Amino acid sequence: MTTAGAEAPKIAVKDIFREAGLTALVSLSLLIPVVGFRIANRGGDQFLETRWPEVAIAVALIFFGRMFLILIRNGRLAMPITGGVVIAAIGWLAPIPSEFLRVVAISAGLVIVARAGFVVFTAQQKAATGRGFADGYRKALPWLAAALIVFALVLPFLPFSGRRLIDIAILVLTYVMLGWGLNIVVGLAGLLDLGYVAFYAVGAYSYALLATYFDFSFWICLPLAGLFAGFFGIILGFPVLRLRGDYLAIVTLGFGEMVRVILLNWVSLTKGPDGISGVSRPSFFGLEFKRYPPEGTESFHQFFGLEYSSLHRVIFLYYLILILALATNFFTRRIRTLPTGRAWEALREDEIACRSLGINPRNTKLSAFAIGAMFGGFAGSFFATRQGFISPESFTFLESAIILAIVVLGGMGSQMGVILAAVVLIGIPEYVRDLQEYRMLAFGAGMVLIMSWRPRGLLSHRDPTILLHSSRAKSS
Amino acid sequence: MEYFLQQLINGLTLGAIYGLIAIGYTMVYGIIGMINFAHGEIYMIGAFISLVSIMLLESVAGGSIIVALFIVLIVSMILTSIYGWALERVAYRPLRSSPRLAALISAIGMSIALGNYVQLTQGARNKTLQPVVQGNIELMAREDGFTVVLSYMQVGIIVTTVVLMIGFSLMISRTSLGRAQRACEQDRTMAALLGVNVDRTISLTFVMGAALAAVAGFLVVLYYGVIDFYIGFLAGIKAFSAAVLGGIGSIPGAMLGGVLIGLIEAFWSGYFSIEYKDVAAFSILVLVLIFRPTGLLGQPEVEKV
Amino acid sequence: MTRDQPLLTVKHLTMRFGGLVAIDDLSFTAQTGEITAIIGPNGAGKTTVFNCLTGFYKPTVGRLTMMRDGTPWLLEQLEDYRISREAGVARTFQNIRIFPQMSVLENLIVAQHVSLMKASGNSVLALFGIGGYRKAERKAVDLARYWLDRVDLTDRADEDAGSLSYGAQRRLEIARAMCTRPSLLCLDEPAAGLNPRESGDLNELLRFVRDEHKIGLLLIEHDMGVVMEISDHIVVLDYGRKIADGLPDQVKNDPAVIRAYLGEDDLAEIGGGN
Repeated sequence: MTTAGAEAPKIAVKDIFREAGLTALVSLSLLIPVVGFRIANRGGDQFLETRWPEVAIAVALIFFGRMFLILIRNGRLAMPITGGVVIAAIGWLAPIPSEFLRVVAISAGLVIVARAGFVVFTAQQKAATGRGFADGYRKALPWLAAALIVFALVLPFLPFSGRRLIDIAILVLTYVMLGWGLNIVVGLAGLLDLGYVAFYAVGAYSYALLATYFDFSFWICLPLAGLFAGFFGIILGFPVLRLRGDYLAIVTLGFGEMVRVILLNWVSLTKGPDGISGVSRPSFFGLEFKRYPPEGTESFHQFFGLEYSSLHRVIFLYYLILILALATNFFTRRIRTLPTGRAWEALREDEIACRSLGINPRNTKLSAFAIGAMFGGFAGSFFATRQGFISPESFTFLESAIILAIVVLGGMGSQMGVILAAVVLIGIPEYVRDLQEYRMLAFGAGMVLIMSWRPRGLLSHRDPTILLHSSRAKSS
Repeated sequence: MEYFLQQLINGLTLGAIYGLIAIGYTMVYGIIGMINFAHGEIYMIGAFISLVSIMLLESVAGGSIIVALFIVLIVSMILTSIYGWALERVAYRPLRSSPRLAALISAIGMSIALGNYVQLTQGARNKTLQPVVQGNIELMAREDGFTVVLSYMQVGIIVTTVVLMIGFSLMISRTSLGRAQRACEQDRTMAALLGVNVDRTISLTFVMGAALAAVAGFLVVLYYGVIDFYIGFLAGIKAFSAAVLGGIGSIPGAMLGGVLIGLIEAFWSGYFSIEYKDVAAFSILVLVLIFRPTGLLGQPEVEKV
Repeated sequence: MTRDQPLLTVKHLTMRFGGLVAIDDLSFTAQTGEITAIIGPNGAGKTTVFNCLTGFYKPTVGRLTMMRDGTPWLLEQLEDYRISREAGVARTFQNIRIFPQMSVLENLIVAQHVSLMKASGNSVLALFGIGGYRKAERKAVDLARYWLDRVDLTDRADEDAGSLSYGAQRRLEIARAMCTRPSLLCLDEPAAGLNPRESGDLNELLRFVRDEHKIGLLLIEHDMGVVMEISDHIVVLDYGRKIADGLPDQVKNDPAVIRAYLGEDDLAEIGGGN
């Protein structure tokens, strides 16, 4: 065991083994009934299988993992990092019976290394004087943001951008927009909304119905769908005005579920579980993205004298969501400098103080719900037109949880944080698509780990919206 | 009249099960002020462990059914309690002093992780059980042949629930653990200063809640005969609604709320439509919260200005 | 507004919580340009009076009349946020309630929410750059700066309010209340936790507010030094009832007051009413 320096406390090997051993023992009792015995179905039969090798490997992983985590906690990083790499390597190369365990082994190794990395990062952040880091970040922010925007603008034309990458980028941007929209409700106004997917759904279905029944164009359906969603936000907001915290959370969760159940069962309107298909795809100001345009109209590639490529529509969709997301961001930054946004933030801080300053909490809450819902509705419209088909399956509680996780993991109220969290939570798993089954498990575990390592989110940081002393040179 | 009675019986039975789960929610909320989002999954795990145990015992065979079932119940309660204990240690204790939202996200993450853990290890298909406790008591018969029946299973559920409720209320009001719990609920810092082992009290609360959820899971396996990894989510929302309906922090309230939600569900699906039964129960909750935010049996919280 | 018409008239205020009578048939007046102190032993119901005045409780019985620009407002019938917005009653809190994550300056800008909402067309017009919002915001900053200078927080204007010391947070709360341009400022134990030097500064500040801005101040306080030093008028409560009402010198020597604070036995010990 290496010593990391004179300051690191002395720890007894005996204690580490004991703690790790206890953890392994507890895990054994947890794993035996659920992993050790499997209720298997084959044909029409149901019987019990046993999988003791899996249990043994899992317990071993937990034993060593715990040991390494304790070492990291005490500042000894060398051994855990090597250990983590070794475990990941074993998972990768060794002939492990079950796919599941292989994935778990590799992930465990990576998690240990990541944890070590986090600890180092957090320590360095603390070492640099608190103000110093914040100032540095603040100065770098405009440049960072500008660089990101430029990157986003040219992304489709970069050499490594294929159809798949742009699709992933569209997905990430959709979630970024949803995150920024939910941020208005949760991050700015402090209203814990666990049913945001309801507005996404209302937007998507309104758009789909308007488009298929009335044949309106995208640019008419979009604002209308947003309005419907916003209106829905007010309907949701009214009953929950007096609720706080967890109560508000559970009721909004319930509303999200109710919307899904209604969409599923109101077959005459929504076609139920079959969903609505044939939603018109967007056109470039009248120019369709088809290889063979309908009689009398020109298609996009013809107008611009290009070879037909299915990529054109995808790139158009990409820029569409980029514009929508940037609009959301722009709105958020601007509203924070206006009385409504400031009232939202004040409401989050202390509702009673707000009342004493003449702020009407009812209107403030309703406007937060309505506007947050509206942006969710816009995102929903985009979703409908991108897919061409929507069904209630896409609007489960899990979606609300993912969007909330993006907002919280990123760091409440932090615009950049939402981007980072969306890339980490959505982009990376999409990229590693073959592990689709484990995605949800990793997602849940990831949420737990990140929250326990960095409870304030990855990039939590709030800048005042107005400065009295605008030159930073003054502060010593 | 007969139909009404049947729905009443069904609703009470269903409500008893919700109540058992709801007690776990209300106890944890009372002591740490947070929704244990993963409690529904604990109930689901309890059901799975019960089923595995029953299948194990059936393959070994022999012995009286009642004794075997009792063993299964105890085993399930013990193992599920360990899950409850581990849940608190992993997802809640590290975040006790963090912003509440962080703990909530962690809890939601645990809920998702646990649900998928069972899905991956046990498979996504339904798991079934041939009926073990069979037989009915016929109560009332109608001319057209419809008979109101009270099954032995239903009797078992209601009796078990009543016994547990009485035991629990006694425990909360008479034992030192109960006192410690109530102290931690009201003022955690002060309780610690007075020598109460707060960590242990909180752990025990989670354990007890998990044990009750295990009982609910066990009963559900026997009563409905089919489970899957997803039952935790829906039962969780309903049970938490029941806890809130009855007044969060109140154990009798949790049971009352559970029974009410069970009855609403039974009557709604019996008389109106089955598809919207979840919506019905939930709407009642929203209405109650609008007019009585602290629930039916809860204490109004006075905020000091 | 004539000098004869009081700024605030409280008539027969009674507040019952179930069986408990917190305030029992209280009547008093407060004049503009005066500092009125409400004192009394703990539990006498002082903060309850404030909560009734500012709309956080609905009085069981009573008429609370507030004069603002010649118009009477009945506080017992107004919602809490309208009492600040329309009747011009501002308050500070016993447990300081600033907005900790917002900067000091932002706290004071939020206080001017009502006028800024008007200037920005409920934020909608300003969103598109229409209207004179930026000008109104600049004026709001000017008012904020004015009060920041008065409470000596100008240097810390851009820091998080939560990072301020206790005394500084109290001063911030008072500055924030003044930014709502009130006609009546209610302060709930503003001197609590302040050392003698800070109390002295507080006295100066309150006198300044009274003299320069000619509004009325209503003060709950336990610190007798502050109370006797700056009050123009004192109302004494005990168990929810008014037991004295008058000038500081009168109240100081009132036997009923001494009895309430010291108790019967002690009174006998010190020879009764000294």
